[in-house]
Amino acid sequence: MYAPNQQLINKNIREERFKSILSFLTVIIFFPALMIILWLLIKGGPALSWEFIFSSPTKGMTAGGIFPAIVGTLWLVGLCVIISCPLGVLAAIYLSEYAKDNHTTRIIRLCILNLAGVPSIVHALFGLGAFVLFLRMGTSILAASCTLAVMNLPVIITSTLESLQAVPRSFREASWSVGASKLQTIRHIVLPNSIPGILTGMVFAVSRAAGETAAILFTGVAFYLPFLPMNVFDQCMSLSMHLFTISTQVVGVPDSYSYATALVLISMVLVVNTLSVAMRWYFRSRRKW
Amino acid sequence: MKKKIEIQNLHVSHGSKWAVENLNFDVYENEILAIIGPANAGKSTLLKSINRMTDFSDGTRVKGTIKLDGEDIHAFADSTWLRQKIGMVSPLPVGLPMSIIDNVTYAPRMAGMKDKITLMERAEDCLRKAALWDEVKDRLDGLATKLSGGQQQRLTIARALSHRPEVLLLDEFSIAIDPVTTMKIEDVLLELKKDMTIVCVTNVIHQARRLGDRTAMMLEGHLLDIDSNQRIFSGQVNDRRTHDYIEGVFG
Repeated sequence: MYAPNQQLINKNIREERFKSILSFLTVIIFFPALMIILWLLIKGGPALSWEFIFSSPTKGMTAGGIFPAIVGTLWLVGLCVIISCPLGVLAAIYLSEYAKDNHTTRIIRLCILNLAGVPSIVHALFGLGAFVLFLRMGTSILAASCTLAVMNLPVIITSTLESLQAVPRSFREASWSVGASKLQTIRHIVLPNSIPGILTGMVFAVSRAAGETAAILFTGVAFYLPFLPMNVFDQCMSLSMHLFTISTQVVGVPDSYSYATALVLISMVLVVNTLSVAMRWYFRSRRKW
Repeated sequence: MKKKIEIQNLHVSHGSKWAVENLNFDVYENEILAIIGPANAGKSTLLKSINRMTDFSDGTRVKGTIKLDGEDIHAFADSTWLRQKIGMVSPLPVGLPMSIIDNVTYAPRMAGMKDKITLMERAEDCLRKAALWDEVKDRLDGLATKLSGGQQQRLTIARALSHRPEVLLLDEFSIAIDPVTTMKIEDVLLELKKDMTIVCVTNVIHQARRLGDRTAMMLEGHLLDIDSNQRIFSGQVNDRRTHDYIEGVFG
């Protein structure tokens, strides 16, 4: 009869040990995320109400609601998406499908990677110089959204590039070899099969933009505005900035107000992220190869 | 006989070394030219430069002239028109990530054909020629990427025929197909050469003997021999190595 030798038993023990370490680490990662949400719910939940969401701050921002900040965040993020997504996707298509692999494109790729590492406060200064002053946009939603867009471009380009490169080259070659042009191949073969990844990248960029504070600091966000923005040249409030203001700059704000604001912000981001995960599941189930 | 493809002083390199060096030969209209030779002989590179798939690989250089119907294929920067006239089957079969029917109608649709009935007829005709129709006729809407390797290879043959090319380039079209089906497709090819010119790279020497009107022997980027099958396979060759390769005493 076959009896497992000592070496094999030791190997199995090591295997088990390694597996339990990995699962422990996973729990550690999961734990803070769960705690943050629980904490916010406990501390901010009681202050949360329809009135809190749908009314303006009053009494020097120590009471009332956060409606202008929610609207402002939606404006900023929406405009940022409109600006950065087409630009980013088109740039990625060029880099992936048309650009030859030479020094110029390698430098461009390097720049994109570096741009992703620039701290957001630097982006804010750039936005102040380039959009607010040089392009004379003034401190406005437009300038802030452009700054956010510049910050998000590398994220979108990188994720789109990855999705495009995930479509095997053999599909492209098969398409070219029967007389389809490059554009037709992109339209009928490459894009339909990379859309899931591209969309996921976009959604990720959206949630990043929603939480960004520093980049919009000098470019279009006000501490407190008693009215809602009417067009892209107005200033606006934003949730992240409002949170920063009421937690550090204003005296006498009830704790629960800050926590409730954070809860609203995080819920918005979570909804968007959940959407992205759902989308990925849906598309993965329809994968064609 | 009318010359369909003329190849003059063709050099192709991927990087520093020539993969194909100084090729000079013609392919006549309505013939099947078989190309044999060991690995790394430049057979596939030759095929890819005939339909300018070489355009798509960075670092591939093509020197020399290739003419199709007397016209230089490098006359225009764009090469899509060329591949609309030339069908190609590559050795690793690739079903496009779409349904079987969409695969076979892809080329004509990209060329601008819209009529559904004509497309269906064309698809059935091509699938029958590739000996695949009976196996897939009940699941034309199924994904092509889910077909077996041999089925995908026959699908690529059907796709290569679907835009009614004047020239068909076959690169080891039968490596994943069983002998019986291979024979069926070979019969179809013999039938097809009434309407088109076929260049067939093969590792199966018997296939070259059965199928070809003429056979070319390539070795390390050079053309050793090109002659009628009658002469090549009866030992009347220019180069001793061709004879050795055919007889299997190579190396």
